[in-house]
Amino acid sequence: MPPNPWFSWSYVQNNWGEISQALVEHTTITLQAVLIALVIALPLAALAHRVRWLAVPVLGTTGVMYTIPSLALFSILVPFTGIGRTPVLIGLVMYALLILVRNILVGLQGVDPDVRDAAKGLGYGPTRLLAAVEIPNALPSILTGVRLATVSTVALVTVGFVAGFGGLGTLMFRGFRSSYNAQIMTATLLCLLLAVVLDLLLMILGRALTPWSRTRGPAAGQAEGRGANAASAARAAEAASERTA
Amino acid sequence: MNVVSEALTWLNDPLNWTGPEGLLVRTGEHLEMTAVAVLLAALIALPAGIWLGHSGKGAGPTIVVVNTSRALPTFGILLILAAGGLFGDRAAVISAVIFAIPLILANAYTGVAEVDPDVKDAARGMGMSSQRSLWLVEVPLASPLIAAGLRTAIVQVIAVLTLAAFVGGGGLGVPLRVGFSNQRYGQVLAVGVVIAVLCLVVDAVLALLQRAVTPAPLRVKAGTVR
Repeated sequence: MPPNPWFSWSYVQNNWGEISQALVEHTTITLQAVLIALVIALPLAALAHRVRWLAVPVLGTTGVMYTIPSLALFSILVPFTGIGRTPVLIGLVMYALLILVRNILVGLQGVDPDVRDAAKGLGYGPTRLLAAVEIPNALPSILTGVRLATVSTVALVTVGFVAGFGGLGTLMFRGFRSSYNAQIMTATLLCLLLAVVLDLLLMILGRALTPWSRTRGPAAGQAEGRGANAASAARAAEAASERTA
Repeated sequence: MNVVSEALTWLNDPLNWTGPEGLLVRTGEHLEMTAVAVLLAALIALPAGIWLGHSGKGAGPTIVVVNTSRALPTFGILLILAAGGLFGDRAAVISAVIFAIPLILANAYTGVAEVDPDVKDAARGMGMSSQRSLWLVEVPLASPLIAAGLRTAIVQVIAVLTLAAFVGGGGLGVPLRVGFSNQRYGQVLAVGVVIAVLCLVVDAVLALLQRAVTPAPLRVKAGTVR
């Protein structure tokens, strides 16, 4: 039996064309899905925020949609769209949309009422209030949503192999079919790496967009110690519920 | 639409439901694998999460585990396990366990860690030991979140296990895989809908169970937590 190593640099060198193509496919569909979802999610969340009673049905639909497995969703879409990039993109946008709407809505609802009052007192109309006060104040939560959506989308793309467009997932699956261990491992590690790199880039972008969040001194952090701990715990629970399969 | 009528025809064929490889058998396999995976994951994650939450020092490790697991492509893990010799169902169950642990862990941790410190103080003031306070006060107060974590885990494990069929395993992914490889999209649509409905039904049943295990005074709060 010929050796079938899990890690092989020569595999990467000899197949770089194919690997980089899968990586580019994977990255572009991820970014495209999150961007489209963001464009839809912002007005949707703003609407659900403005019209109070809409929040419950919007979040309810979100929850119901979220329980549908990605493989089942792709299977429902493919018969109508045909195999390829389209059903995968639609599915990814739907899941990213759910994460984003929820996070944006949480962010908008979390804006300090005093801040909102002050802006109204200064004569801000509802649109200006939203654009100039509420969205900037909700930015940390929105950015958390974008990061969560991006990372879970990277993992979800792999399931797109079933619809003929899985980026690195297709590479993994072909590696499995031909018992090529190095191909499975390389594609899996690249997928992991892509998620980590995109998450880091978004974190840096987030810092650049919210310069005020950096000015908090260590003393303030100390005083909030207990609260921050609980908050990060809550975030852990929420983050854990994101779909990756 | 042509595909829709094909799907309906497929669903109307009793053999597709009760045959030796029918949907009922496949659903049974699927739920059996789900039970094993969630049980194994809970055996590891519940004690760990409760302990981390109780000790009050668990935020760091919990967040690390949860964040890493989010970036972990479950499909890749499944293929690695399957190619590594754990063919079929076993590979699928193990990858589902790996996937479910952070879901259960994070919720158990959060539930116990977020118990009001005053309540814990009161328990200690009444002479409870740290262990008694944990089991008689903190865990019951954390039960809505622990149940929520188990519910998410069960529904998502059902989702992950649909992939088992692609590595030689069973479950509801089998008719999907067959449909895809023969380009019988009516069947693909039908099975896709069946899986989606199964997940919605399981989630709804678990929501009722979650409500039942939540101590009555906590019920109003439970609605706002999730």
